[in-house]
Amino acid sequence: MSTTKWRSAVAGSHVSTLALSIALGLFAAQPGHAEEVTLTVALAANPQMETAAKLIDNFYAKYPDIKVKFQTLPENQLRPTVLKDVATKSAQFDVVMIGAYEVPLWAEKGWITNLSKEYVAKDTEWKADDLLTPIRDLVSFKGDMYATPFYGSSSFMFYRKDLFDKAGLTMPEQPTWDQVAEFAAKLDDDANNVSGICLRGIPGWGQSLAPLTTVINTFGGRWFDENWQPQLSSEKSKAAINFYVNLLKEHGQPDAAKDGWQECLQLFTQGKTAMWYDDTVFAGPVIDQANDEVKGNVGFALAPIKEKPGSGWLWAWGLSIPTTSKHQDAAWKLVSWLTSEEYIKLAGEKAGWGTVPPGSRTSTYKLAEYEAATKDYADLTLKSINSANPLKPTIDPVPYTGVQYVTIPEFEQIGDFTSQQLAGAISGQMSADDAIAASEEKIKEIMEDAGYIK
Amino acid sequence: MTSTSLSSGTRTQTRSNIAKGWWDRLPLLPALILVLLVTQLPFVITLYYSLQRWNLVSTNAPRFVWFRNFINAAGDAVFLKAIANTAIITFSIVIASILIGGLLAAGLNREFRGRTIARTLAITPFFIMPVAAALFWKTGVYDPTFGILGWITDDIGIGRINWISQYPKLTIIILTTWQWSAFSLLILLAGMQSFPTEVAEAAQVDGAGRFYTFRRLMLPHLRPFIELTGLLVAMYVLENFAAIAILTNGGPAYATTNLSYYVYLEAFSAFDLGRASAFGMISLALAMALTIPMLRVVSGIFKEGGRA
Repeated sequence: MSTTKWRSAVAGSHVSTLALSIALGLFAAQPGHAEEVTLTVALAANPQMETAAKLIDNFYAKYPDIKVKFQTLPENQLRPTVLKDVATKSAQFDVVMIGAYEVPLWAEKGWITNLSKEYVAKDTEWKADDLLTPIRDLVSFKGDMYATPFYGSSSFMFYRKDLFDKAGLTMPEQPTWDQVAEFAAKLDDDANNVSGICLRGIPGWGQSLAPLTTVINTFGGRWFDENWQPQLSSEKSKAAINFYVNLLKEHGQPDAAKDGWQECLQLFTQGKTAMWYDDTVFAGPVIDQANDEVKGNVGFALAPIKEKPGSGWLWAWGLSIPTTSKHQDAAWKLVSWLTSEEYIKLAGEKAGWGTVPPGSRTSTYKLAEYEAATKDYADLTLKSINSANPLKPTIDPVPYTGVQYVTIPEFEQIGDFTSQQLAGAISGQMSADDAIAASEEKIKEIMEDAGYIK
Repeated sequence: MTSTSLSSGTRTQTRSNIAKGWWDRLPLLPALILVLLVTQLPFVITLYYSLQRWNLVSTNAPRFVWFRNFINAAGDAVFLKAIANTAIITFSIVIASILIGGLLAAGLNREFRGRTIARTLAITPFFIMPVAAALFWKTGVYDPTFGILGWITDDIGIGRINWISQYPKLTIIILTTWQWSAFSLLILLAGMQSFPTEVAEAAQVDGAGRFYTFRRLMLPHLRPFIELTGLLVAMYVLENFAAIAILTNGGPAYATTNLSYYVYLEAFSAFDLGRASAFGMISLALAMALTIPMLRVVSGIFKEGGRA
């Protein structure tokens, strides 16, 4: 290629680039679409949210000026992605879906908008009074709401009615953990590969620690005392942890240290376990996915207790508006629509009543169609949610809130370490007491490092 | 290109040659800048982060702490455990996949009916996405209730074994070896097929036995291929992540946490970007300490004419 040809080629490309950039500039500056707003929304990839994405045309019909771009992420990727965005103020998202654990922490840091002050009071059509009180508390910080609850859930017991009948046992509506241990021993059936109970054992603060912490709470234990001194090795917490580990080792599913709720859901629906203690939100999926032997034989009972009544956990996925969003008003329109009575009805009619986001509004439980579709578990779900108290989760006083977690930023780290040790105990690599001792030492180190204890 | 060899040429001419050389290379410059931007810039940023105390969720603002993160790493029992785990897991996988890949290659190097199908099947594991493979192995193979292994061990009378709880490292090693021995098979088979037939025939005429031929002729011929396989497998397996994240979440009690998984935990569970960056830097240093000597060994292959 000769030099002149090369030069002219370069010049030509310069000219065309210039033309292109001018064209783009003109396009962007074009008036007429100035009022249209595009919201970027970060969502967890779960069936309820996928339904929301499908029904968005109904939102466009109501607000033609707003366009919505969904970014769907798996739950465990959603958290780091959204956290990075709000913590570094990248302002990539206008609406984010966050868990109950994050709401008060992020509110305190000023990362998310105070919805009570800005919108809830003015928007009477949204009916904040209709929200379930514990769920409302859960997405609030100092009495103000910082997220709208998309769905809420608690924990309860799933069990196999046919296996209970065959063994001549009856599950009371409110079982105790001692009874459950007794049932598990009787129903454990090695010959047919059916375990007495299925409980989460895989490490992760949102995995095995959630059910374990509810056991600690009802046994009268706690994570910390009023001065943030770790209390896992206190008598009652220790008894609870030993109980959980031993129940799982003796009558739980085999290879439990690798199982999360996903595996338990599979074991229960395939008839390989007689009981399962987990989230109320799985009631719908359990009935959907159960094989023929299990379908029609699924029973439900409240979370088992020991000393403290009302021991179910409390969780909600909320929709928040990062303070960095430039379209706050439009974002509120979307957030309020997705959590409105109107939306719940729409989702029920268009996508089926079993997939309606549960546990957020009292009115949901008064819809005749919803009641008919969920009669086996709707009452117990509502009862479980209403008896959980995130503001006072334990018998002895604690300086933290949250039922199955501790609402401090360090809890993810603490929980991940502790659940690793717990898995070590469940798999038999160490004793439960050693696991507790190792965890407590690490917790102390983290809490000292973070300045809670001197 | 002969003009430069005329050293008696004037200075200006040399300079213009240099200028021409740069002018010729100019089109490569954007690519070079891009490569530097995407590879070296993140490295420098990570180095900068590693000297900070910066926790995304903490209420304290980031501050400069010099080498505190690196010093703390030495006292972190889990970090030391992660180094040991990485060494054990990587070493076992490299050895096992060369052995198994080599045996498969030796089998496939012979003529038999259905060889093409057998070869395709043997290579397949390498082309399955690591996450999909791990999910399948978790529920389809290792699970004592639903898995093939549980069923087999029950049938032969040793009961159902809790593979992942009892032998966590072994399960990760088996799964990853399954994938990477297919890769070793590819390279080693190519090596075996390049073995000159005249030599094999000559050995046969001289009365050398099968084992002797393999030991004295094939193995020396395969040496560079084995070294290359070892290097490549080690480089990829060092950052093994999918199998660990799916099978065990690094547990129980960090028994399967390797360096990359621990960096991930520090960054995305503790959100401690300073420590995570420091751990990342240490991992990088260890990986380089391991691979650079191996690269030196292997680089002989790329030289013209190979090794003497």
